[in-house]
Amino acid sequence: MIEYYLSLLIKAIFIENMALAFFLGMCTFLAISKKIQTAIGLGIAVIVVLTITVPINNLIFTYLLKDGALAWAGLPDVDLSFLGLLSYIGVIAALVQILEMVLDKYVPALYNALGVFLPLITVNCAIMAGSLFMVERDYNFAESTVYGLGAGIGWALAIASLAGIREKMKYSDVPEGLRGLGITFLTVGLMSLGFMSFSGIQL
Amino acid sequence: MSSPTIKEVLLNPIFANNPIGLQILGICSALAVTSSLQVTIVMCLAVIIVCAFSNLFVSVIRSQIPNNIRIICQMIIIASLVIVVDQALKAFAYEISKQLSVFVGLIITNCIVMGRAEAFAMKNPPVISFFDGVGNGLGYSIVLLAMAFIRELLGAGKLFGVAILPVVNDGGWYVPNGMLLLPPSAFFIIALLIWALRVWKTDQVESPDFKIAPNSKVVEAA
Repeated sequence: MIEYYLSLLIKAIFIENMALAFFLGMCTFLAISKKIQTAIGLGIAVIVVLTITVPINNLIFTYLLKDGALAWAGLPDVDLSFLGLLSYIGVIAALVQILEMVLDKYVPALYNALGVFLPLITVNCAIMAGSLFMVERDYNFAESTVYGLGAGIGWALAIASLAGIREKMKYSDVPEGLRGLGITFLTVGLMSLGFMSFSGIQL
Repeated sequence: MSSPTIKEVLLNPIFANNPIGLQILGICSALAVTSSLQVTIVMCLAVIIVCAFSNLFVSVIRSQIPNNIRIICQMIIIASLVIVVDQALKAFAYEISKQLSVFVGLIITNCIVMGRAEAFAMKNPPVISFFDGVGNGLGYSIVLLAMAFIRELLGAGKLFGVAILPVVNDGGWYVPNGMLLLPPSAFFIIALLIWALRVWKTDQVESPDFKIAPNSKVVEAA
């Protein structure tokens, strides 16, 4: 049992890395990876939000939206799965807002560290994709918790390493048109090639 | 930006202020759906439609939206539009909607749509906002189509699934470059496109953080 969840976790972190294998959360990934410090802060925020939202959306999907899920309320024929997108984004937006308030009240140190990144996370595709993949792959509650955690760690790992590379790259002499965005794309491409080497691993 | 004309908002985003090349918006889907031209076109149409109409609706109700919950209001509008598009795709183009999988849903979090709603539609009247949405959708599409063209042609020797360069396996002469179908190649192509764009429009070049000092000669150092 433990082995199964462990392999799910490892798979979510390395083999199906959100950023480098599926290219999700790219906008923030490229925009906020200039400094290691901020990259790590954002990474932690993503881990927290993913670990909470994926299982909650899983509950909503199984007990409210799935075909026949409303049987407990006496409505066995109702299929609300078309409302999925709307409810996931609602849950994500609401949770991020709540998380922001809770952190502000009880853990001000972390709140200050995360700063502007918390609200930004609402529009991070990696979060939304976490929930969508969860639905597509039929994870149960425990699996989706582990998957959320793994996907978050994978994303954080990727952005931290990219920030590390970019900090070094500041000092190199890049061709004019390639400076900034262009060279970052090339770097990410190479990193993603590296991560592809995990794809052969069977767990 | 004092009352821009329709022509301006329609044409500017295509090259001069391209959402992908300059504003770094909407990159996720740009990379993931470009391995075949057909899927890409569907994706582009979906984005143009969502972007245009979300801009229109946000702009229509812009003075009614309370400022502190505007993000959620925009989200709801965008999400509803995406659901419509998603359902329509499932009904009329089921195969393609399977290939796009989660990426139709991810138009919601596509920063272009959100970014334009926030930056343009909240401040401008409906008609011009609509065209701004179309323009930005077009700017996005042009980059995606260029990438899909390169990737499908060189990676599989086909365009729209029709063989253009006869591949070796079918008795032709072209050895397909399989790497172009793999995800990382999308990064390289987009980097090269940005490079090309910036060589042409030199004002988009970013200034370096550090300047490298000219080499000091041994004689001067001594």
